[in-house]
This record gives sequence, structure tokens and C-alpha cells, in this order.
Amino acid sequence: MDLPVFDDPIAALHDIPEGASVMIGGFGSAGMPYDLLVGLVERGSRGLTVIGNSPGRRGARPDFSPLFKVPGVVTFWRGSFGVLPPLSQESFFEERHNAGDLDAEIMPQGTLAERIRAGGAGIGGFYVRTGIGTPFAEGKEIRTIDGQEYVFETPIRADFALIRAYQADTVGNLVYRRAQRNFNIMMATAADTVIAEVDEVMPVGSLDPERIETAGFLVHRIYQRGGGRPA
Amino acid sequence: MSEGLTREMLALRVAAELTNRRYLNLPERRLVVNLGFGLPAEICSYVPPDAPLFFHGENGCLGYGPLADEGEQDPDTINGGSLMVTLQPWASFVSSADAFGMIRGGQVDVVVLGGLEVAANGDLANWKVTGRKSGGVGGATDLCTGCRHVIVAMEHQTKHGEPRLVERCSYELTGAACVDLVITNLAVVQVTPDGFLLRETAPGVSVADVQAATGAPLRVAADVREMEF
Repeated sequence: MDLPVFDDPIAALHDIPEGASVMIGGFGSAGMPYDLLVGLVERGSRGLTVIGNSPGRRGARPDFSPLFKVPGVVTFWRGSFGVLPPLSQESFFEERHNAGDLDAEIMPQGTLAERIRAGGAGIGGFYVRTGIGTPFAEGKEIRTIDGQEYVFETPIRADFALIRAYQADTVGNLVYRRAQRNFNIMMATAADTVIAEVDEVMPVGSLDPERIETAGFLVHRIYQRGGGRPA
Repeated sequence: MSEGLTREMLALRVAAELTNRRYLNLPERRLVVNLGFGLPAEICSYVPPDAPLFFHGENGCLGYGPLADEGEQDPDTINGGSLMVTLQPWASFVSSADAFGMIRGGQVDVVVLGGLEVAANGDLANWKVTGRKSGGVGGATDLCTGCRHVIVAMEHQTKHGEPRLVERCSYELTGAACVDLVITNLAVVQVTPDGFLLRETAPGVSVADVQAATGAPLRVAADVREMEF
């Protein structure tokens, strides 16, 4: 029942091929698998499609900017932010985007969350009012239901999901801390290979079942952090 | 004309609206409130400690309190504006999918968003500026579509003196016909079926000052008054 546990992030990412699609969890400073994210760059990944909330900006830590500092790592970004305030400086993401190194799909954050949830929950598509009357509905099916217009959205899945939790047990059950949950809960269901970055790996049976929010059978690989928060 | 309210006074006036509800027509005793990115995200520090408010973060942080002081900051305890916060005794946590379900499902009563432009028909633009290839919307579209009341807190004019309350937005829209109330450094303006209606002016700011700074017809309420906090 036990999963492989890695203490080296690059080793944990050993089988991610060029051109893979990778979901990465996190919102702001919470719930980001930062060691794995940096490892993705340091191992020389190329041509990735990355699905996440925000591509980051200069000076914030931890964030997604390491993915965009080096050209060619990410060729397609799907998230709810491209540009972030303050606008006084271009982010690494903007440099790549302006240079034509990558495509970007920016969508409302709730739609992103629900598309990932749908991808993991076997939902073929769904209708929401979010985006009606804005550019976010352009080119999509619009349906009137009970006199209200809705836009049709499709699910999102990925080859890999890099998620962050507080504790794992050796079987892969995950416990989260506070606002770490954000996108990690859904991403754990919506990828073919799920790799969890955690602070602690506990013996199976020691996590309180009342607190486990990702069942171990959803997780394939555990990376245990060395301790301390990222710089 | 004076510059109107400072940033702090603007936050205070918005906070006062959440507790006094002068223009929010909501009968509930307890309000569920989402605070958007930027100045709105700080309003949790401006409401009275006993205010009957559930702050809702679209990142899944529910029931947060004022911003955390330096010694008590926790990177895992952040609100929807990514600011580190304290927790009220009634706090709990959910996933982003569940948090947005609450928004779309009508369980969040009020959102306070920043703005670039608000149009006379209530259109809101705040996610894409000219000159940048990409934009960033976050939860703003979900929020202005799903929340029952939308308050925009913003400067009345750009730093070049251009109006932000306009006939039609020139920027790409975040939401269509969604804004109910605009609170600026100069005024409190309601969005009605007949366009903008001036309800309050900032101390030291006249009705004429506000009309001159507004880029669309601005009707004046019969009982227009100076802002009260």
C-alpha cells in the first residue's frame, strides 16, 4: 500500500516528458509545491503546458515566476492571471509572452477551479453565468436556461499534478493546513500522475481520518520537504 | 477642490457601508462579504470588531479577521487578496471549487472590488489595461456576476485626471451590468436603471466638483449630503 517517498524534488519529477501538461497548486503564498516547481525548471523541462492560478511577478516569494525566467520551459500557460499589479514592472511571464515564447489562456478563477474539478469528476461540461457579456464568453456556446444566459465550459485534465499539503501518510492520504487547500484538492483528482509535496510523512494510521481531505488512492508519489519555508 | 478622501478614509467609508448598510438593501443580520484584490482586501481591518460579518476568501479562507501584525503573520492564512490575516473564532477552510460554488450559488452577499472604469449601466472593467498583451482577472468576474451586491471602491479619476465613471467602458469588461454602488475619494454614487445617482460627497468636495470629474450624466439625489462615517 505504501507509495514511493522522495527527498529530492528532481528525482520525484523523473518521468515528466517534454511537452507534458502539468497542474501546479497554490494561491498566493499558500499551498504551493515550491520545491517541485523549482525542480521542474532545474531538471531542464521544456515545452510544458502549465495550469495554475497566477504566473507570479518579480519579487514575490514563493510564486510561479521561476517557471518563466528561463525561455522554453512553459509554452502554454492556463490560469486566471497573466499580468498582476503593480504594473510598474514587467513580470517574467510578460517577458516570455511579449517575446512570443508562450501562449496564454486567461480565464475567471472560479471557472478554472470548476473546469479542473469537472476534469477530475467525470463532468463532460457545465454552464455558468460567469463571463456573460464579457470577452470571456467569446467563441463559446451560450445557452439560455430559465431566462438567464449561461456560457458552456469544458473540463481540464493534465498528465501530471504537483500539489502541496501539510502531512501525508505513507499510503498517500493528505492533510492540509488552513488555506493550502485552494486548487490542490481538485488537482489531486484531475491528473494521471499526482505528486504531493508535504512537510511530514507519517506512518499510516496516524493521521486522523476526520482530517484527511485527499484519499491516498489519488496520489502516486510523495516528495518530503527538507523543512522550513521557501526563501 | 480638495483631493477628497485619503486611502484610509475611503476604506473606512466602505467599512461603514458594510455595517450601516445605508444603500445595501439586505435584511440578513449577518452578511457574507468578499473583499477583492488591492485596497478592498484591507477593509477587514477597518470594520468594528463586533461587526456581524463573515469575510469570504475565494481561496477558501472563510471567517477571517483583520490583517495580521508582523509577529503573527502566517503564509498559510491569507485572504482572497493574498494578504496575511488573522482568523475570527468562526473561521473555517474549503477548496477553491467550493469557495466559488458559494459565490456562483448566491451565498455571498456583498463583494467590494477595485475598478478601472464603471459605466452608467453598471458595466465594470478592471482586468485588462491598454498596452499590456495579457490581463489578470482572478475571481473578479465570478464575484461581480455571482454576488448579490457589488460595491466598487476606486479613485474617481485616473492620475491624469480622466474620469473612471463613464458612459461606456473603454477597457475590456470584467462584468456586464453588475455594479450597484461606487465609493470613491470624491463621492458615493449609486448605479440605477437611469444611470449614476449621486448620494454623498466627500468632505470639502462639492456636487459640482463631482459632476465635473464624472464622465457620464450624474443625477443628484434630492437628499444628497456630505459623507458620514
